[in-house]
Amino acid sequence: QLYSSSLDGSIKLWDFMDGIPIKTFTVGSKLLALYALASSEDSVFVVIPKSGERDTFQLVSVKLTKAAGQDLEAKELSVVLDGVDASPKHIAFGREGEYVASVKEVNLQVYFFKQKQLNRFSVSTMKTKSGNNHFTCIACHPTEDCIATGHADGKIRLWRNFHHKKEYTFSTLHWHHDTVMDLAFSVEGTSLLSGGVESVLVLWRNESDCQKDFLPRLGSAIEYISMSSDGALCCTLHTDNRITIINSNLRFSKSIQGLIKSRGVKTGLVVDPRTKALVLNGEPGHLQFYCLQSDQQLFSLDIVQRQYIHQAGLNQADLVKVAFSAQGKWLATVEEREEVTDPELQLKLWFYDEETQSFKLNTRITMPHEDHITDMCFRDMDELEDDSLILVTAGRDCVFKVWVMVEDTDPEAQQSVSWSCDFVGSYHNYQATKCCFSEDGSLLAVSFEETVTVWDSVTWDLKCTFCYPPGKIRNICFGRLTCSKYLIGATDYGFLCCWNLLSCALEWSAHLNVLVLQPDPLSEHIAAVSWLSKESSLFVFKPNEPRPIYIQRNLCKEKIQLAVFVPRDEPETIGSEKYLWLRRSQLFFLTDTQELMTLSTKSLEERLTPSSKQLAVEESLPVTPFSLLLGKHRRQQSQEDVDLGKLLVRNKHEQDSPAVKELLHTPAHVLPSASFLCPIFINSLLISKENKSAEEVADEVEMESEKTEDDSDEERDVTETEQEDTSPMESLGEMTCKLPKSQEKELRKIRKMDYSWISAF
Amino acid sequence: MATYKPVVVQAFPKLGERITQDTVYWRGYKPPYNYAVTASSRIHIYGRYSQEPIKTFSRFKDAAYCATYRDDGNLLAAGSEEGSIRLFDISGRAPLRQFDGHTKAVHVVGFLSDKYRIFSGGDDYSSNLWDIPSATEIVSYSEHNDYVRCGCASKVNADVFITGSYDHTVKIFDARTKSSVMTIEHGQPVESVLLFPSGGLLVSAGGRYVKVWDVLKGGQLLVSLKNHHKTVTCLCLNSSGQRLLSGSLDRNVKIYSTTSYKVVHSFNYATSILSLALSPEDETIVIGMTNGVLNVKHRKLEERKEKSQKKRQPAYRTYVKGRTYMPKQEDFCVSKPVKRVLRKYDKLLKSFQSSKALDAVLEPPIRLHTPEVTVAVMQELHRRGTLRSALAGRDEKQINLLLTFVARRVIEPRFTSVLVTVADMITDIYQPVVGQSAIVDRQFLRLQEAIGKEIDYQEELLEVLGMMDTLFATFTKKRAAYLEENKSNGLTETTETNRNNYHNKLSEK
Repeated sequence: QLYSSSLDGSIKLWDFMDGIPIKTFTVGSKLLALYALASSEDSVFVVIPKSGERDTFQLVSVKLTKAAGQDLEAKELSVVLDGVDASPKHIAFGREGEYVASVKEVNLQVYFFKQKQLNRFSVSTMKTKSGNNHFTCIACHPTEDCIATGHADGKIRLWRNFHHKKEYTFSTLHWHHDTVMDLAFSVEGTSLLSGGVESVLVLWRNESDCQKDFLPRLGSAIEYISMSSDGALCCTLHTDNRITIINSNLRFSKSIQGLIKSRGVKTGLVVDPRTKALVLNGEPGHLQFYCLQSDQQLFSLDIVQRQYIHQAGLNQADLVKVAFSAQGKWLATVEEREEVTDPELQLKLWFYDEETQSFKLNTRITMPHEDHITDMCFRDMDELEDDSLILVTAGRDCVFKVWVMVEDTDPEAQQSVSWSCDFVGSYHNYQATKCCFSEDGSLLAVSFEETVTVWDSVTWDLKCTFCYPPGKIRNICFGRLTCSKYLIGATDYGFLCCWNLLSCALEWSAHLNVLVLQPDPLSEHIAAVSWLSKESSLFVFKPNEPRPIYIQRNLCKEKIQLAVFVPRDEPETIGSEKYLWLRRSQLFFLTDTQELMTLSTKSLEERLTPSSKQLAVEESLPVTPFSLLLGKHRRQQSQEDVDLGKLLVRNKHEQDSPAVKELLHTPAHVLPSASFLCPIFINSLLISKENKSAEEVADEVEMESEKTEDDSDEERDVTETEQEDTSPMESLGEMTCKLPKSQEKELRKIRKMDYSWISAF
Repeated sequence: MATYKPVVVQAFPKLGERITQDTVYWRGYKPPYNYAVTASSRIHIYGRYSQEPIKTFSRFKDAAYCATYRDDGNLLAAGSEEGSIRLFDISGRAPLRQFDGHTKAVHVVGFLSDKYRIFSGGDDYSSNLWDIPSATEIVSYSEHNDYVRCGCASKVNADVFITGSYDHTVKIFDARTKSSVMTIEHGQPVESVLLFPSGGLLVSAGGRYVKVWDVLKGGQLLVSLKNHHKTVTCLCLNSSGQRLLSGSLDRNVKIYSTTSYKVVHSFNYATSILSLALSPEDETIVIGMTNGVLNVKHRKLEERKEKSQKKRQPAYRTYVKGRTYMPKQEDFCVSKPVKRVLRKYDKLLKSFQSSKALDAVLEPPIRLHTPEVTVAVMQELHRRGTLRSALAGRDEKQINLLLTFVARRVIEPRFTSVLVTVADMITDIYQPVVGQSAIVDRQFLRLQEAIGKEIDYQEELLEVLGMMDTLFATFTKKRAAYLEENKSNGLTETTETNRNNYHNKLSEK
């Protein structure tokens, strides 16, 4: 059986074979760490914040009553230790639960349960180059009275004789050059495992400094180490969201990984056209191919091909840009290393080898640009031959370069094709920021700071330029299919503009702080994610009309960094009009905290079928393999400590209005028709997020079409009606912000007046 | 799980010329041995290796032309200015036969493949066929209407020979008929003709063009090559028939692949080339030039690999033993870990011994022959942030070594960016000890000198570039100029900053 605790103050008992919760105990305060001892089955130890004081925590033991029933209250708390640290790594229980040891900063305290005696020790504070000697983790010997502590300066101390306040001894082991992240004793206690930022697992034998074994290059920093109860396996949890299982003789045996968390997703989200896998930064210098359906990493491609040194403060080459050709036959990658004087850049072109089923390096270009490369794209043409493939890179050195394939005619040469530069374009010495090709590949749009330039892709002549001052261009993209005559651009002054390429004029523009602009490759829809007043919103529109066809406000509280449309294998049948745009591809988002989300299109009825516990979650359904994996890991860690953050997110979504609860708990056969339930359900959804929506709607409606005056009038009507809709639901607390809102509306009207006057002029 | 990744040594493409197998092959010719042939009325025979004529025939009254060996190497025929053709035995001195009949100079002589007949072409516009045993004229064709200056015989058919003339035509004759069987219009005065060993393809050279014709298709033009900018004077095939060589008055010998007809290599000579020959097995290439110089290149002998036959190799079956064994269902496989061989510096880098790794790549063989390895390791150390500590703490001898290396290589564009950093660090670290050792001081000054020279050179290049820009500005094509500009600008900047740093440091001293 498995206990878990969460920040909402409940302890759950699970049957981990079947994955069913057995009991729930409510404690009442935030639970930060949970420890269970084999010797005392009826009580567990938890760390809770001390009431009344911030940032101080105490270790308490909780008596778990054996009473029957699912939801129980556990109110019998007794304080064991005061002033402990919140991290679960800072407390450990000694052999057979005789004592508990806790560390905080430079202090170690040991509490003996039988004697009820508390001993405190401390190490002298000293600062060295590599850090201070604060305690970072603690582990207790399973059979002897010995405590191992890890320190921020990389030392491990072994404490003995801590029954006496004065005559205690400790010995020091030192190999790590950086913080010791976690320690674990083997089952017999003959050896000690330690790990840290170096991503090397160190095995210390017989507690001596000279007998040690290493398992190097584990991929990324080790966060947790734990031993299985029979001592045959050891497992390490890494910072990049991965679990490695290691044999007792320090042989690597297996690794469990989903989406690898990298230091920053600089490459953006890219879809591999061949496998439909999501491609993004993985391990440092690697590209991961992540399968969305199975939540698995398909493979990891080593791009940089250099030894990665796990050490803080080093500038190491990392992958920054990735582009696939239309059929996935070619892959272009850019890696760079930040340097004080000038960056080290490499552009690599990889060819997909059918025989080995992997990408093979074809061309390596050192220093393709003088400065950072800002964007890169292939000319995406499905129907054309391979030799028409063109790669464009835009750089901060004020030029964009066109790369073409050169065929080597010499029959004896090893490679038949290689890439070389064909054209270098620039515009008034402005930095090139973004580039993209039109759907048929005839036009190339390159944005230079405030200006978008459009080039002919055959003759490389500058065709026309567009500008929407003030504000630099943040994103550009061409419309597709029926809207291929439009070019969309977003500026960092918060404007979304649409230009007509036939008339070379501005078609419409809207006031929207767009962070991400993503066209759907299979339809004419374009998704724009805006960031306003601390929440992200999604707008989906077609370029030929300024009104969005879909708005999803309050998508999430974090900034959305990237978005991508992943084509579906087969078009989904979607009932509701609202999600028709998601028929052929699915939209995925990546937030600042590297959480991957998607929009679910399941209609109301489908989601009402009580098949899973997550149905009450709104459209945004966080796929968090991290939490799943963490959960798995905890289980192996024998109920020691539980992560809470991710569970909480889910919980938050689950708490819903009574209307929804009613829907869920009523048996299906007594439910009225779905059409009757629909308004209730939607209303219940509206309440939960109405706070901000009115404001944003007003913002959104700033769109000004230059076509007709009527259009804008009509739109204003729409806003008003929408606001009326929401206003009855506003609570009394909203009164304060109502006044400025009306003023704002006034202001907007004035602005709109101005505009029409100018256009009339 | 990841394994250690060795340091990547950057391979830089060679600018200008690409190294292909051809380049390697043709580069195999050693530098030329030049010597002059003075007598124009004499035929010298040079030995295979000696640079002295081993035999001289001096029976001509006037200039001799087109000395040709018979296939078996026993007979030698030559035409002459006076119009007679003489046939020599290699072992004897006096001519065996003399064929008279041409009224003007004979510039081309050749043996037919049956070995008993000779064809010739003369300035009297005629091409004749001679019988060797009787020394009589078999047939005479007067179809050309200008000088006949080249010809060749078919190796397949003993009756067929070809002549090329200044009347822009190439004619194919069959000894069995009374007139030519085919006429090919080259377009320029034909300087040289050549038949492929198969007899199906004909190559003619004239003007600036080398043209390849398909004889079997009735003289259809296959390809026309225009790679020389002056008249092509001579043609030659190599022994395998894979390469075609052409020599020209523009001082170049171009080598073409006969499959793609692309130039795969080219030789450059001091003066215009008149004639060209390759020995069998391509051991020697001999070129005659307008200034009377004969240029001979020998091929370097391939290393014989068979020398190490002392150790008896284990039998083949020892190697294949057990290799083909397929594990059965119930077998338990124990896989042998593959041991990867790492270079010495990689091993040291793997164990984070940066100073020793730097020592390892400063050993003479690596430092002198593969400086890119040394630079790659320096770059890797810089990447790891340990370059400074690896450079520090060295004695006079080692600093001297380092500085020599840096001063010599810093001007190479591919190493500049890394070595500038290294030079910067060395000056930083060893600034306090400057003036204590004369050797080190000298090296510092040499480094400064090298950088100063490079900067002057770059400035000069920029001036040239500026001039070229003004020229290019008048044209519409600007592409090339942009590219070049970018390249050289970047280099100058880095060297310039280095120079500034460097001057500051020296002045501090």
